[in-house]
Amino acid sequence: MTRQTSLNRPWQRAALALAGAAAAFGAGTAGAQETFKVGIVSFLSGQAAESFGIPAVNGAKVVVDAFNKGAAPAPYNKVGFGGMKIEAVYVDENGGATKQVQELRNLYDREKVDAVVGYVGSGDCLAVAPVAEEMKRFLILYDCGTPRIFEDNKLQYVFRTASHAAMDNVALARYLKARNVKVESFNLINQDYAWGQDSKKDFTLSMEKLYPTAKPGEDQLPKFGAGQYGTEISALMAKPAEVTHSSLWGGDLQAFVLQAAPRGLFKRTQVVFSAADHVLPGLGDKMPDGVILGARGAYGLMSPKSALNDWWWDLYSKAYNTYPVQAPYRMVQSLLGLKLAVEKAMAANGGKKPTGEQLAAALTGLEWDSPAGRIRMALGDGHQAIQDTAIGKTRYDPAKKMVVLEDIQRFPADCVNPPANMKSEDWIKAGFPGAKGCP
Amino acid sequence: MTASATAASAPALARATPRRFGVVLLAAAAFVLLAAAGYVFPRWLTFLLTMAAGNGLVSLGIVALMRGGVVPFGQGMVFAAGGYTAALLYNKLGFTDALGLAVCGGVAAVLVAAPFAPLLSRYRGIFFAMLTLALSMVAYGLLMKLDALGGSDGFNVGRPTLLGQKLPDDRVGYTLYLLTIFVATIAAVAMRVFFDSTRGLVTLAVRENELRVEYLGGSVRRAMAINFVVAAFCAGLGGALVVLSLGHIEPNFSFWTTSGEFVFVAILAGWQSVAAVFIASTVLEIVRSFSSAYFPNTWQLALGLFLLFVIRFLPRGIGSLWTKRRGH
Amino acid sequence: MNAVVTILIDGLTYASWLFIVAVGLTLVFGVLKILNIAHGSFYAIGAYAAASFVAWAATMKWAPGFSIVAMLLAAVAVAAVMAPLTERGLLRFFYGRDEVLLVLVTYAMFLILEDVTKLLWGANPYYVSQPYSLFGNLHVGVQTWVGYDFFLVALAVVVGLAVWWVLNRTRQGKITLAVIHSAEVAASMGVNVSRVYMAAFSVGIFLAALGGAFTAPMISVQPGVSVGVIVVSFAVVIIGGLGSIEGAAVGALIVGLARSLAVHVAPVAELFSIYIVMAVVLMFRPEGLFQRTQARKI
Repeated sequence: MTRQTSLNRPWQRAALALAGAAAAFGAGTAGAQETFKVGIVSFLSGQAAESFGIPAVNGAKVVVDAFNKGAAPAPYNKVGFGGMKIEAVYVDENGGATKQVQELRNLYDREKVDAVVGYVGSGDCLAVAPVAEEMKRFLILYDCGTPRIFEDNKLQYVFRTASHAAMDNVALARYLKARNVKVESFNLINQDYAWGQDSKKDFTLSMEKLYPTAKPGEDQLPKFGAGQYGTEISALMAKPAEVTHSSLWGGDLQAFVLQAAPRGLFKRTQVVFSAADHVLPGLGDKMPDGVILGARGAYGLMSPKSALNDWWWDLYSKAYNTYPVQAPYRMVQSLLGLKLAVEKAMAANGGKKPTGEQLAAALTGLEWDSPAGRIRMALGDGHQAIQDTAIGKTRYDPAKKMVVLEDIQRFPADCVNPPANMKSEDWIKAGFPGAKGCP
Repeated sequence: MTASATAASAPALARATPRRFGVVLLAAAAFVLLAAAGYVFPRWLTFLLTMAAGNGLVSLGIVALMRGGVVPFGQGMVFAAGGYTAALLYNKLGFTDALGLAVCGGVAAVLVAAPFAPLLSRYRGIFFAMLTLALSMVAYGLLMKLDALGGSDGFNVGRPTLLGQKLPDDRVGYTLYLLTIFVATIAAVAMRVFFDSTRGLVTLAVRENELRVEYLGGSVRRAMAINFVVAAFCAGLGGALVVLSLGHIEPNFSFWTTSGEFVFVAILAGWQSVAAVFIASTVLEIVRSFSSAYFPNTWQLALGLFLLFVIRFLPRGIGSLWTKRRGH
Repeated sequence: MNAVVTILIDGLTYASWLFIVAVGLTLVFGVLKILNIAHGSFYAIGAYAAASFVAWAATMKWAPGFSIVAMLLAAVAVAAVMAPLTERGLLRFFYGRDEVLLVLVTYAMFLILEDVTKLLWGANPYYVSQPYSLFGNLHVGVQTWVGYDFFLVALAVVVGLAVWWVLNRTRQGKITLAVIHSAEVAASMGVNVSRVYMAAFSVGIFLAALGGAFTAPMISVQPGVSVGVIVVSFAVVIIGGLGSIEGAAVGALIVGLARSLAVHVAPVAELFSIYIVMAVVLMFRPEGLFQRTQARKI
């Protein structure tokens, strides 16, 4: 009868849950010495999945596989991490920061991971960093852009193995200057949340310094996920400007390009995108030529030539039939850094699996080679990485049937990242003191 | 109240006093049991239970309104009000006492909800739900926009103190767990007393037939307004406690999907039993946690199926499993 | 002068898009009394289906103009498959329950369909590009609009008139109106209410999928497209009055023009302009602008 079965089920469910928990403990503790368990957190669903989350997770899968076979080039050729096989656990970052805090605790306490590498969303990064710190467990933030993590806090167990987002818009402004693009006014269209607002602010402040006479014009702030930009495009077209800046990404960026290009926006103004390389493989010939864009680092088609980069490019392309864009690059540079840190810590502690403190000590201030160039943990007391970046211009190559990037300008890390003792916003406002090697 | 109402309440009160004592005893026993269990549970489980208790408080408020026949779809607004108040008091005024922050959260939520109570008490059914949803989304929009409140990223909250004592590193989680369970137990007992009181019984009558209540001299609008304010207090309390354990607050607290989850827990619990609310909240947290772990690519599917399953096979909620059916 | 024309045109094109997307939601609520949160998911499935159908039409070497037909067929296919599945297989069990409970059921459906869509079509983006360039461009002053946007205006008018005409001038439509007013009385007069429900729900899904299918050329179809549509459709439907087609049209126009004004004049306010309009309408006319008088049962 219905009463009978529905009476049993809640208790059955609770018992099942407890049994599951017990099984998880058992599985977690067995064989702890032979494997290094890494929790990898990124967007497997939701609006950031297609552009950032899933490519990064794909990159992780193929790299972890290569590591476990010892197939990476030197100095990354030890099997796994220092001989220990890597076991990766994947968690979906979708669902809000509150859920992420719980998931992080589950990863450390229930799944008993030795390290967590994750987080694309700045809100998620800001929420989980103090939790890892409080739990005294090792955390690497591999993707999120907000400078606030290490500029507002001192953290021992938390690291970020990629530059933060200030670099993107500073480089963009410098590219315009280096190419002598005439700018008297510039329009802006950015999503109305922290990422968009911070990008807009960084670009505007940088332009103030590099083009003192240029004025910001239209300042459009569409809702995140709006997808319909007809009205915004009309507003942008109504106010002529030499340059139009945007930090749009993912589906929103693609919708914007698809809607704006036929209306001639790209012919009337020089459009500059701060983080757009990830839409190039999909859009193909629908991406207009001559768009200036960045990839938040020297990634994808702008990555520097090296044996390591060639290895990585082949590894990813063969597995997924497409070349790696920024997200998987950031993931691989993070895993490479983690690998070196683990092996360095093991060399110091006599070959045992390193504790969180030992890992933290090993990664602080570390430098290593990645497919995107040299990564240096130079800011945030050795916890925040800086790296070179590059900006390029799009052109559709009908022979190759893909968009290529030309007129690539590289910017050394010290040119576009603030020095160790300054907050990014202050550094930009002060006119980039200490910037070195700028073209 | 009119004579008829007092006459009706006298036998109710006479029945209630020994029952009330039993309720308090049961609650105290439950608290002791949970406190002891929390001591031995792994940290992730005590954290999960803390979240379940904090979220359960919000659903408790929703149950209060459900007893009156309306379902609010915007409790996220008052949940966020409590949370942001606690977080702002901590960061801007340096007020760090956890219990104090919880109470302040509740009071702030009441202040936010009170102006809307008379307005909302006029509506029923889907319009009540939609109006509360609209208000919570306006609050969401404001929270996203205002940089002073952290904007879309929100901001962090440090470690609270408790009654003047600093919390030692290894005991923070357990202490906040105890505090949340304690507040939840007090709230549960208080709500049980409230539900069995005259006002609570009038609310049930409103659910049955509003016209009759008005005819008998009761004020439907006053009953619903009071329930709305009580629900806001519970939600604010829950919001503050959740923020203190989470260490972070963001505008998502006011988003419609957050409110939807609170409603789901209330429906899963049913409106007869107060304990069922917290059990339902725990069940949801466990299901969510394990779907994430075992189905990283399809946890939404798992959660959706679970929701449907519950709505289909537990039509009157978990509480109906052990409470006697009273006349209907 | 130019600015006013621009604001009006933008408001109109956005309102047309809103109307096409939201009209199915109001119809489903009007007839079945279900506020369908999964409406956004059917929209997304319509978009994906359109991508598949147009790609298939391209391989069959149809003329580009036929891509419009392909998109229409896609919407029909989605309704034909999803309506019986969801209505008979799921919603039927919850009829007569509390309205808000049904909202939760549709929320569960939304969660399920999100992952099902991802399983069926994967996470990669789909593009439906041929239709977008079919109608050329329109130049007005300094502005250029894509002809497709005006095609959507025409489509919105056709859809609105068609739904109105079917409801008010055909026998089936009048029976549906009777069911809207009172399912009980209609049943006692011999109407097969469950068949009416089924038909109305199918049309509702068809309209949602139609919205998705015809939006597909303007966007990249990928996971997450359903989310942005849900709240905006709700706002339109609530402002206009749940169950009213005219209300949906007026609601869409109000939201479209309000948003157009905000974007051109005060972009800062754009984010929550829609919620404020929704809240204000709810406070002064909670049943929306075009509410049918409901008899209250004592």
